[in-house]
Amino acid sequence: MKPRAVLILFAAAAAMITAAAPFIGPDGFSLAGLHSGGVEAQVLRELRIPRVIAAFVAGAVLALSGMAFQSLFRNPLATPFTLGVSSGASFGAALALQLGLHGVWFGISGPAAASFAGALLSTGLVYGLTYLRGGFSTATLLLAGVAVSFFFSSLILFVQYTADVYNAFRMLRWVMGGLSVVDYDSIWSMLPFALSGSVLLWLARHELNLLLLGDDLAISRGVEVAKVKLVLFFTVSLMVGGVVSVCGPIGFVGMMVPHMCRFMVGHDHRALVPASALFGGAFLVACDVAARVVLSPAELPVGVITALLGGPFFLWLLLSGKDQRNLA
Amino acid sequence: MTTPAIAIRDLTCRLGGRAVLDGVSLDIPAGGSVAILGPNGAGKTTLLKCIARIVRPASGAIEILGKASASYAQRDLARVLSYVPQADARYLPFRVSEFVLLGRYPHLSPFSSLTPEDRRAADAAMDRTGTREFADRPIDTLSGGERQRVFIAAALTQGARILLLDEPATFLDYKHQVEVVELLRGLNRDEGVTLVSVTHDANDAALLGDHAIALKAGRVHFAGEISALLAEGVLESVFDTPFDRIAAPAGQILVRAREAAR
Repeated sequence: MKPRAVLILFAAAAAMITAAAPFIGPDGFSLAGLHSGGVEAQVLRELRIPRVIAAFVAGAVLALSGMAFQSLFRNPLATPFTLGVSSGASFGAALALQLGLHGVWFGISGPAAASFAGALLSTGLVYGLTYLRGGFSTATLLLAGVAVSFFFSSLILFVQYTADVYNAFRMLRWVMGGLSVVDYDSIWSMLPFALSGSVLLWLARHELNLLLLGDDLAISRGVEVAKVKLVLFFTVSLMVGGVVSVCGPIGFVGMMVPHMCRFMVGHDHRALVPASALFGGAFLVACDVAARVVLSPAELPVGVITALLGGPFFLWLLLSGKDQRNLA
Repeated sequence: MTTPAIAIRDLTCRLGGRAVLDGVSLDIPAGGSVAILGPNGAGKTTLLKCIARIVRPASGAIEILGKASASYAQRDLARVLSYVPQADARYLPFRVSEFVLLGRYPHLSPFSSLTPEDRRAADAAMDRTGTREFADRPIDTLSGGERQRVFIAAALTQGARILLLDEPATFLDYKHQVEVVELLRGLNRDEGVTLVSVTHDANDAALLGDHAIALKAGRVHFAGEISALLAEGVLESVFDTPFDRIAAPAGQILVRAREAAR
């Protein structure tokens, strides 16, 4: 099938899943209830719809971030999650919660700004550590990512320990990654990052393709590799920071979705960028529906669902040896 | 005298604290074919990468077509010269036609998509290199020689008139070696493409170049005609080992390192 046809299918499926998702939950909706404008309509309008929108935005961002990092590092295991960006962002947000930075400046909330800073810090650390070790090999990259991830996780534990019960619970709940507390404001706080970042990744589609060839060939083809890498790095950190500040670290979306998309549309980023955004968005919406209904009436954090799917996927990727071919 | 394609003055490059290139000066004439020869670690590949601006030299000047290399925008440089790496085993997840088409990057503006003209340029390069017949195959399934020709096709797609080739014929079997050499010599002879080929094999150097530059320990040790390179004593001092010279029926000289007497 042509990539264009796959993209149209993706768009149709994503639209259907996203449109249906608000109506699926522990209790069904009755049309009569919706028309009467009672509690059901309110739940739909104020809880379900923003939640589905947030899930779509977060899923698209996480998938695009993973896609960009995999090209940037020429490594299929590179994602914001495995590279410690998410834990850095979580640490920033936890610190903001603890310090009571709830204000909104220029449309950016305190936790969002702090998690953005945390994302940048951890990305910089991983980048710096890997660079010092001389090259972006899987081993060095994963080691640096795991080290930075652990470092920030312990810092989060430290902050949690010093927090009161209320804040500690909010942090704990948040580190699991969930979408149960989003409202329209939280969507607005991550949308600017998500939109500008997605546009930038789309504009960089040729560069993302060329980076896959290796730095020497990319430079030879006319790509300003150092500049492009820095911009992409910054962009991805910014997008992930925005999402993590709202949803917490939702893992594995950034690894699974781009790989599944490559199976269907190939490695060309002209198709892969829109495919990852659509698939990622719809995927997280579907995972969130599952999180709502699997243990109904209780509700799972969506991060638990993605981790349950992603763990085995990660292992499969590792054992299938696909990563070895990507090293040069 | 015409402007040389590449003029290098007093180029020094350090990698990991070691001076890999140490005061290299040389000229490569436009439309020429120059083989850069030398033992392993002499700085051949580093020299090529400095010219392609992949590695940044510590000091010295590089001029491309009479203009300082550093003053080119990266895309403008890519339209003039292209680096063709050794046919290594790097994983390239593209089909031949996709890979060749990526060579059009220096002609794209950030907001533009590929045009029919871009596709025509890629098709022409594939025709010229005889790679169009496997245009739809994944690069990973190609033999070394086919891969090398695809890399050359991509470089031509850039519009580059100077090709910087790292061991273009070394790891190929005889048939593919002949194909690649004939392709390159044809580009040089018929279309005036300037060739700079790095090799550690004196016979390959003789096949690929009209002129040779021998590097040794980061310095230019010899520069001149191929026939002078193959003359008694020159290769010996470049490689620090004795050579036998054998006259082929058509008059060319083949060389072989002499084994120690037993």
